[in-house]
Amino acid sequence: MHPVRRQRLLLVLFIVVFSSVAIGLVTYALRGNINLFFPPAEVAAGMAPVGQPLRVGGMVEEGSVRRAADSLAVSFRLTDYQASVEVVYEGILPDLFDEGQGAVAAGVLNEAGVLQATEVLAKHDENYMPPEVAEALEKSGYDHKGVPQ
Amino acid sequence: MIAEFGHFALILGLVFACLLSTVPLLGAWRRNRDAMALAPGLALGMLCMVAISFACLTWAFLQDDFTLKVVASNSNSLLPDIYKFSAVWGNHEGSLLLWALILCGWTAAVAIFSRELPLLMLSRVLSVMGIISVGFLSFSLFTSNPFAHNLPVPPVDGNDLNPLLQDPGLIIHPPLLYMGYVGFSVAFAFAIAALLGGRLDAAWARWSRPWTNVAWAFLTLGIMLGSWWAYYELGWGGWWFWDPVENASFMPWLAGTALVHSLAVTEKRGLFKSWTVLLAIFAFSLSLLGTFLVRSGVLTSVHAFANDPDRGMFILVFLALVVGGSLTLYALRAPAVSSRVRFEWVSRESLLLVNNVVFLVATLTVLFGTLFPLIVDALGMGKVSVGPPYFNAVFVPLMALLAPVMGFGPVSRWKRDRVARWSSELWLAAVAAIACGITLPLLNSPYNVWVALAVLLAAWLVLGLVRDVWYRVRSGSTLRAGVNRLTPSYIGMVVAHTGFAAAIIGVVATSQYNQEHDLKMMAGDSHALAGYEFRFLEVVPIQGPNFVADEARFEVYRDGELIAELAPQKRRYTASGQVMTEAAIDAGLFRDLFVAMGEPIGEEGAWAMRLHYKPMVRWMWLGAIMMALGGFCTVADRRYRRQRSSAPVKAGELAGAR
Repeated sequence: MHPVRRQRLLLVLFIVVFSSVAIGLVTYALRGNINLFFPPAEVAAGMAPVGQPLRVGGMVEEGSVRRAADSLAVSFRLTDYQASVEVVYEGILPDLFDEGQGAVAAGVLNEAGVLQATEVLAKHDENYMPPEVAEALEKSGYDHKGVPQ
Repeated sequence: MIAEFGHFALILGLVFACLLSTVPLLGAWRRNRDAMALAPGLALGMLCMVAISFACLTWAFLQDDFTLKVVASNSNSLLPDIYKFSAVWGNHEGSLLLWALILCGWTAAVAIFSRELPLLMLSRVLSVMGIISVGFLSFSLFTSNPFAHNLPVPPVDGNDLNPLLQDPGLIIHPPLLYMGYVGFSVAFAFAIAALLGGRLDAAWARWSRPWTNVAWAFLTLGIMLGSWWAYYELGWGGWWFWDPVENASFMPWLAGTALVHSLAVTEKRGLFKSWTVLLAIFAFSLSLLGTFLVRSGVLTSVHAFANDPDRGMFILVFLALVVGGSLTLYALRAPAVSSRVRFEWVSRESLLLVNNVVFLVATLTVLFGTLFPLIVDALGMGKVSVGPPYFNAVFVPLMALLAPVMGFGPVSRWKRDRVARWSSELWLAAVAAIACGITLPLLNSPYNVWVALAVLLAAWLVLGLVRDVWYRVRSGSTLRAGVNRLTPSYIGMVVAHTGFAAAIIGVVATSQYNQEHDLKMMAGDSHALAGYEFRFLEVVPIQGPNFVADEARFEVYRDGELIAELAPQKRRYTASGQVMTEAAIDAGLFRDLFVAMGEPIGEEGAWAMRLHYKPMVRWMWLGAIMMALGGFCTVADRRYRRQRSSAPVKAGELAGAR
């Protein structure tokens, strides 16, 4: 084979092998690591899978936050004003987490429909609302601050 | 009045940018020397105007001019002056003006330092920079004017700066990051100018290389500062979250790293030319994409701030124009500039090719993971997010693959090398690296295989470099002569690669040995973590300039000896009512101790506390600093200066040839 062609062939082979390895890695890594987002209404309607990692977002219901007296366990309800989901979490909540504010909880839904959260995200500044939550609220006829429209 | 002045200066800046983007380019097309010669003047004029505008905005912040919307919503009369200053870029409008200012700064720098470039090339480069400036200045003026007024009734006091941004790290993080982001526009402009002229040669690579290295070094520093800031300011003790906005800065860095190496091949051997051009386009497009992701709010991110969809649309259109335009130009012109030089498979060229493929694949996987939620959403398949495990699973093996190859790089020869020579040069380094990999992790029990692997790879890199440096120094007649023979660009490479090795060790050691306890503590409690005893003494109220805080007092003992006093705070900022965690860190080269306060629990004054033991976390940032220093160091190389003094001759040749 002509040396230039051989060189090209090797180059192409190298790129093909390498990119297939990369694509394999990507698909493998993606499989277990994408979390679907569900608004509380869909969770209540039973559309969210049990036992798989997912995220639920909405407003933290007023008066729903209960902390244990002797541990870091905390429970609260997330609502989109149509339905609400009970969330339990053990750990330190973000600074901007509060009742009547937007939050997203990531974790696994159990048989009883309670979300065992491994991570709770609150908004990052006063006016920001995660886009999924804003959309979920909009569907229920509320604006991104939870004010009925 | 000052604000109107700033607004007017910004408009004048846009006018200069419009002139810069058209007149020299037309001049280059019609071979009109006078029109081309206008470019440096226009670039300086543009910088002056935008700098005046930026100064006016800064003045408005320092003088608490709450008639301006940005000032009213991002500053407060109680804010310390230094944060009033950094508040200028702590918001969308101001940070965009900073973007534009830095872009104009780079343009002017090219105009000043590349006077010796052929006029044809210089005018094209500056014109391309001018086109980008038009995009960003009009973005600033038409969709996010920093000088918009709060009329008719300005508020008495401002809303205050987001407390997260009231931090020394945030004073320098955005400017450095932007220096890097925007710096790639120079590499991009050189690439486009070369495509326009149809001349991609070693000289072109030599001109654009120092600019690219400096931009890359700034970006490295910017990302490093961002990671450091997240570590101590967010109060979670994490240093990298694979958050879309972090990825937005990381992708140009990855592409830029590939570009830096590919430029080396193009300069030294005249190879990979079209590839280098493509990488330059790619790196800058990723910078723009990053801006789009950050500024449009399309992705859920801890960094996303309140946004306006029009702005996202503007950048998206601009991005499409830049990427589409440059790729079309590339498709039209690139075949004409391909090279015919050959190299063997065992050579430095192929090692650098591996570097390029690895970094490009890494860029694409990160890009894919970042955009995947957008794609799924656009297809109507629901809202998903891609978590850190995905990025770790694809990124870590890629980097692990890179390190073994990296060890061969410095000792390898251009064009043709022999495996036998590599093995005779490096067998000692390999044996020593394996010995380090096996023994060093024994210092910390239990034995950790991942740390062993990281030490092995890092030692392999560093020892290979040491071997090579020693070999080169020894080849001089005296030690001094040998050291003098090392060129700045070689030293820069050694420093940067050593930094990479340090970063590998830092990242792996801190992820593997990290210990974190979240627990409830009462005053008087103590808790042992990794051999350190954390004693919680008391909580005291503190009055800050614009906040009130609860401060917890901790003493940390090791073997009964006091080694640190830590005082984390929980602040409430008075203007916004926002609550902020201020972590306390006892930093050290081999370990960090980190305490952050959660929330009060129960009625008896107990608090949720977050205690961390983070070994070697500093190595990662020190490594990044070394990488950046290496990048800056290469610029001092004599051949870039010599190029300048000999360039006018070339300019004459070029003008004659055309």
